[in-house]
Amino acid sequence: MSGLVRWILSFSLIIFLVNSTIASERKFNLGQIANKEEVDGWDIDVRPDGLGAPIGSGTALFGEEIYTEQCAACHGDFGEGADRWPALVGGEDSLASHDPEKTTGSYWPYASTMYDYIYRAMPYGVAQSLSFDETYQIVAYLLYMSDIIEEDFVLSDKNIGEIEMPNRDGFLLPDPRPDIINTQGNPCMSNCQVSTNIIGKARDIDVTPEDE
Amino acid sequence: MKKNKKNEVSNFKKINRRDLIIGASSIGAISLAPKKLLSEEANPENLPPNLPEWTQYLGDGVDVNPYGMPSEFEGHVIRRNVEWLTASAESSVNFTPLQDLEGFVTPNGLCFERHHGGVSVINPQDFRLMINGLVDREMIFTLDDLKRFPQTNKFYFLECAANGGMEWKGSQLNGCQYTFGMVHNVQYTGVKLSDLLLETGLKEKAKWVLAEGSDSSGMTRSIPIEKILDDCIIAWAMNGEALRPEQGYPARLVVPGWEGNMWVKWIRRLEFGDKPYMTREETSKYTDLLTSGKARMFTWVMDAKSVITSPSPEKPILSKGLHQLRGLAWSGRGKIKRVDISIDGGKNWKTAQLHSPVLSKSLTRFTLPFEWNGEELLLQSRAIDETNYVQPTISELQKIRGVNSIYHNNSIATWLVSKNGKVDNVRLG
Repeated sequence: MSGLVRWILSFSLIIFLVNSTIASERKFNLGQIANKEEVDGWDIDVRPDGLGAPIGSGTALFGEEIYTEQCAACHGDFGEGADRWPALVGGEDSLASHDPEKTTGSYWPYASTMYDYIYRAMPYGVAQSLSFDETYQIVAYLLYMSDIIEEDFVLSDKNIGEIEMPNRDGFLLPDPRPDIINTQGNPCMSNCQVSTNIIGKARDIDVTPEDE
Repeated sequence: MKKNKKNEVSNFKKINRRDLIIGASSIGAISLAPKKLLSEEANPENLPPNLPEWTQYLGDGVDVNPYGMPSEFEGHVIRRNVEWLTASAESSVNFTPLQDLEGFVTPNGLCFERHHGGVSVINPQDFRLMINGLVDREMIFTLDDLKRFPQTNKFYFLECAANGGMEWKGSQLNGCQYTFGMVHNVQYTGVKLSDLLLETGLKEKAKWVLAEGSDSSGMTRSIPIEKILDDCIIAWAMNGEALRPEQGYPARLVVPGWEGNMWVKWIRRLEFGDKPYMTREETSKYTDLLTSGKARMFTWVMDAKSVITSPSPEKPILSKGLHQLRGLAWSGRGKIKRVDISIDGGKNWKTAQLHSPVLSKSLTRFTLPFEWNGEELLLQSRAIDETNYVQPTISELQKIRGVNSIYHNNSIATWLVSKNGKVDNVRLG
């Protein structure tokens, strides 16, 4: 081997080592490299900032028809819910009450989540059957019914990350637990001052299923 | 002569028994929804000094049950659901019959189920796990690929964050199964994500993982990268056999000590990103609403908890004298250090015996012998974990969180034992 070749080889080894600190080496040589088409087919999530939102658009005006066709049977004509299926609209100012109603309008912090969930999981039992535009239309219609956007507002991949949801600031981070007083591992063992009056019995509520 | 007569009777019995076998096996086929009622009394013909027929005649051969099932007399040990809880059985929950189980392992067929779009049926040949986003190489793994990585075998409990969720306002469901049964404990076999990710590499900006299921709900949760690299597993087996379909066959995510919703079943994809994805489950669902109207988000850890499984509403005390109080304790923060028992509603406590193995983030079995002479009891159990966290009372939790947070109710329950031995779920105050 000539000195020059040896020099080139050792030089390329250095390049290789430098590269490997940037892009790690495969350790086990298991699995296949995914191609773009494969990733695009499965990578359907949409983030609050709009990252991942597929190109498309829709308005509430066009959303009413597809909503009535695909969603209203379970969620009601006006998003009020049917039977035990969830309401999607309403519940404003109810979150601090005895009977909070958590809907997309009253509770959901991001419009992106509505797009993401409706596209991936709805209609219930026929998941991922809506087109991108149909999904934008349905989200626009729900936002319109909750008075968040106007009827002719064009919701799209460009602006879904900018919709201001009423309960955007309704969530607390980080997790404050353990949030109870006794974390010292030495609770009262005898003659503890506790009330032992029975104030309720599950038997009296009488909603427990019984074996036939 | 006498002998002959006995033979005639025996043959007659034998024919009858064959009929019974056929009958029993056809019952066995539908025995997942069984209500095989046990006779209350023993049959004197089977008791000493008599000879029971199973002692005299041949039983089933080895070719009868290629996959064994529990005894037909255990037909009451089943998962149960509460029909009025949800709009559809495909997006619903059932409960583990903790009151009928021993030790710390949950049998595979009794592990509670929680689905959001029914049970997916997946040929393992068609399974693919995609890893994409902020990795050095976006990759796809088959099940066979996963099984060729270094392997881990670990016991972990899985508890739904909504376990006990119906009990925030008061005692509502009268059963150990319905109030504590959204938990199970099995040994998982799989590959640690920290090993799997050596193959894809990780970009420095990767801080969050979106775990995505391939079921019809497309279940998705965001998980911080520290947890993923600490102890998360992609598992393909539970208790020594392939995952059950309802537990995510052929592979699921295991997130030790954290709420069950994050343990994505039928896993198909892990996407790495620099921010959380704010999926439907982690915004509109698994958030804990406080009285202020604000809600806690990303409350992942399951705090220490315990339950007396017997006596319990399903396990009344049937006679006076010595009994073994039995129960389970667990903590998402580590090992159980101690469990205390009260028989007077929390005034006085005695420490129970923990049974080995006591493992981190695993159910732990405890027992305590007690004499019962027909008096009324108010039974409670209180778990303390290795971080010295003490399981709280419901009023301690209510003071801080109100009654509308649905999730993370790890409070002490009270079982009232009446003078007739019946047991009720009650609320003290």
